[in-house]
Amino acid sequence: MEQKNAKGWLYLLPAIAFLGVFMVYPLVDVFVYSFEEGYNSASQTFFGVGLYNYSYVLHDPYFLQALKNTFLLVIITVPLSTGLALLISVGLSSIQKLKDLFQTIYFLPYVTNTLAVGLVFMILFKRTPYTDGLVNLMLHWFGAGPIDFIDGPHWAKMFVLCFYTIWVVMPFKILILTSALASVNQDYYNAARIDGTSRSRIFFRITLPMISPMLFYLIITGFIGAFKAYSDAVAIFGTDLNAAGMNTMVGYVYDMLYGDSGGYPSYASAAAIILFAIVLTITCINLMVSRKHVHY
Amino acid sequence: MKVVLEHLTKSFPSRNKKVKEPVIAVNDFSFEIPDGELIGLLGPSGCGKSTMLNLICGLQTPTSGKIYFGEDDVTNLPPENRGVGLVFQNYALYPHLTVLQNILFPLQNLKGAARPSKEEMMNKALDAARLVQIERLLERKPSEMSGGQQQRVAIARALVKRPRVLLLDEPLSNLDARLRLQTREEIRRIQRETGITTVFVTHDQEEAMSISDRIVVMKAGLLQQIGKPQEVYDDPVNLFVAKFLGTPPINVFEGEVRNGLLYIGENSVLQAPGAPDRKVWIGVRPEGFLPEQAGPLRCTLSGVEVMGRDISVVASHPACSAAAIRAIISAESAVDPKAETVRFALKPNKVHVFDRESEERLRIELK
Repeated sequence: MEQKNAKGWLYLLPAIAFLGVFMVYPLVDVFVYSFEEGYNSASQTFFGVGLYNYSYVLHDPYFLQALKNTFLLVIITVPLSTGLALLISVGLSSIQKLKDLFQTIYFLPYVTNTLAVGLVFMILFKRTPYTDGLVNLMLHWFGAGPIDFIDGPHWAKMFVLCFYTIWVVMPFKILILTSALASVNQDYYNAARIDGTSRSRIFFRITLPMISPMLFYLIITGFIGAFKAYSDAVAIFGTDLNAAGMNTMVGYVYDMLYGDSGGYPSYASAAAIILFAIVLTITCINLMVSRKHVHY
Repeated sequence: MKVVLEHLTKSFPSRNKKVKEPVIAVNDFSFEIPDGELIGLLGPSGCGKSTMLNLICGLQTPTSGKIYFGEDDVTNLPPENRGVGLVFQNYALYPHLTVLQNILFPLQNLKGAARPSKEEMMNKALDAARLVQIERLLERKPSEMSGGQQQRVAIARALVKRPRVLLLDEPLSNLDARLRLQTREEIRRIQRETGITTVFVTHDQEEAMSISDRIVVMKAGLLQQIGKPQEVYDDPVNLFVAKFLGTPPINVFEGEVRNGLLYIGENSVLQAPGAPDRKVWIGVRPEGFLPEQAGPLRCTLSGVEVMGRDISVVASHPACSAAAIRAIISAESAVDPKAETVRFALKPNKVHVFDRESEERLRIELK
């Protein structure tokens, strides 16, 4: 038995070594940094150990702005994108003609580069001295005034960011959900039809529970992905997100490390640990909720 | 509830781009199921049995023809308005619901005046559960039950609304041999107790013969024969039906009617007075062989299998269409297992003669 155990560990050694060096160690290190006050990466020195880094970050208006932006982004985009993806998938799986064409079209954003798409969004929404942009042109038809979506009020910028995020994350969700829907055995629907089940009841009592594992997977990864949003904001608002008031938590961490005001790994670590704690909490809540509603 | 099918036809458009002809799954099918009977719909895979069932329950609409439940024309009614219960081959129990919730599901679909109170629903569900003897498993999920138990739940769910017609699609094919025997008795009992007209689809002739009041034999969408199991077995209308029913299957020989005698190869086996000369297929049921010292049919003996009550004699004959002839004879009759040849006389009522071309039964009197 002992012998077998040793052999097992030997086989696991390469994976453990890699994970240890490149994942566990950095994680622990970040955790340690976040408590080291005044850490200097050049001299590898610090003044003391304490909670000052956390206190600094939590009082930094830029961090609070980033926190607010991130939460808004998560709360708006995760339910909306998942709900819309579900709607579109159900629609897709109930049509016969042109199904493949639509599936391809819906999947296109997934294979398109984020930054390129961001640029397109910026052009659509941006006002320049020469033009108000396509979106403002359309708003104008409905009598709404021109809104500066890129440099204007916070809500307008938030709207563009959410719009963009939803647009980018939906293809993957549609892909997953259409295949989940297709894998539900047709006999369940036939059985339901013979029993005279209404369409809404079929959807809520049969379809949803059947695809709940996939839906749950999408919600969890959606939450995590949205909390980690950064490149989307950069794509639309440029690298100086603090100035635009559109920074996200990951953006804040990045700025603290490498940005113009950067060079503070301790603050960055503290912010990263706070983000980690938030994502962990939300995921745990998700898992607890899922226990009741997800049927494997 | 009497079920009447009139000239029922169902064709599907061809998927083959070169051949535009539609695929006909059910072809001009007419028969009547008397009230309260259990009908076995029997045929090889792909013969249109399941399509037939889907037509009766309304999941598919016929290309032409009519379906009546009693006096009501239900041809164009959607399934939920027909009052049918269907048990699927894979049971189609909702995996996320408990047994009780599964059985309650059809009742909870009812709306308006037809919707029973919660208490009534519960009573109906419990009655159905009791009928199939699963009242102790109500809190289980389908995945926590055996195939046989799931089968019972599926039947309970199909019965809870008291359907006018109960349809079972290969209900036993997912069960092991022992359970299959048990469950078919069970289905028979439930059908007797409820008196619901039942259609039972199967490709297993033994299954169909053992529990059906009447069997319907299908081939390639066409009705072959309908009748009581024993009648169909004893009096098949064509070679297909004769071959399809019976285990071991009927032994088929190339034969000939010549000068009022029936020949298998060069052995004149029976007299056929007055029959015109022609080439025929001769089918002999396994129990139609009598070992006799001077029997007219000489076969090469391959082996003897003792099965207790009976002996199964495996032999071969050049005129036989299969490699081996199987004869079931009583254990008392002596066949020397070491002999090279065995000679049989044939029982005239176990011998059927079919036209060589059309394979239709020839009604020849044999002696």
